[in-house]
Amino acid sequence: MPSVTEETTRLVLPSRTESVNQAATAAGEVAKRSGLDEEAAYGIDMALREAVTNALVHGNKRNESKTITVIFTSSPGALEIEVSDQGNGFDPGSVPDPTVGENVLKSSGRGIFFMRTFMDEVSWSRTAEGGTMVRMIKHT
Amino acid sequence: MAELNMKERQAGDVTILDMDGKITIGEGSVALRSAIRRLLEEGKKKVLLNLAGVGYIDSSGIGELVSSYTAINKEGGQLKLLNLTQKLQDLLTITKLLTVFDVYESESEALNGFK
Repeated sequence: MPSVTEETTRLVLPSRTESVNQAATAAGEVAKRSGLDEEAAYGIDMALREAVTNALVHGNKRNESKTITVIFTSSPGALEIEVSDQGNGFDPGSVPDPTVGENVLKSSGRGIFFMRTFMDEVSWSRTAEGGTMVRMIKHT
Repeated sequence: MAELNMKERQAGDVTILDMDGKITIGEGSVALRSAIRRLLEEGKKKVLLNLAGVGYIDSSGIGELVSSYTAINKEGGQLKLLNLTQKLQDLLTITKLLTVFDVYESESEALNGFK
């Protein structure tokens, strides 16, 4: 009998602040089932919250008729998370480094930095509908 | 239960906010912003944030700490931080903010640090 080597969880969330907590709760459960240690689970939680916040605020601009899709794929050796919005796309290169010069004292602009800090791989692409999809991977 | 609970104490002209909970997008960040705004309106410009009970903060919460710092500085006041958890200290280190904030582990030392 073949063993289960991959598990996928898919959430479709409304564009509301509460969705950030909902996604984080699901991430915690996936991380636990994947056998990740506390530090890795914390990093995933931080990165996912930032990704969902970006989808909510910058992608969907809090438009409740738009949704945020989160897909967790757990496989031996890695946990992959995709977060997609229904916005108008986004260029990650347009976000300045928040740790340089006067950017340090800005009140926003650290979300992507946290995602890159806490995950092993982070990349962005456009969805078929023109929104943004961020794909993050944590090696286990 | 509220995401972020705050208790206010006064030590001379310094207002101490004992914070307990999460400073994240939504309720927690808004609660901190409202508290700082109210203190400034009341003319309380020396503020010590006791963050011992803050186990979780996201980029929105970090942004709110920065906004609090700049708002108080702009009014000629001072904001200092007390009792950072290791996680918060790590976040302030990687964001280069640890050198911006005055951070203390002892309340009496923090109070002595206010001019």
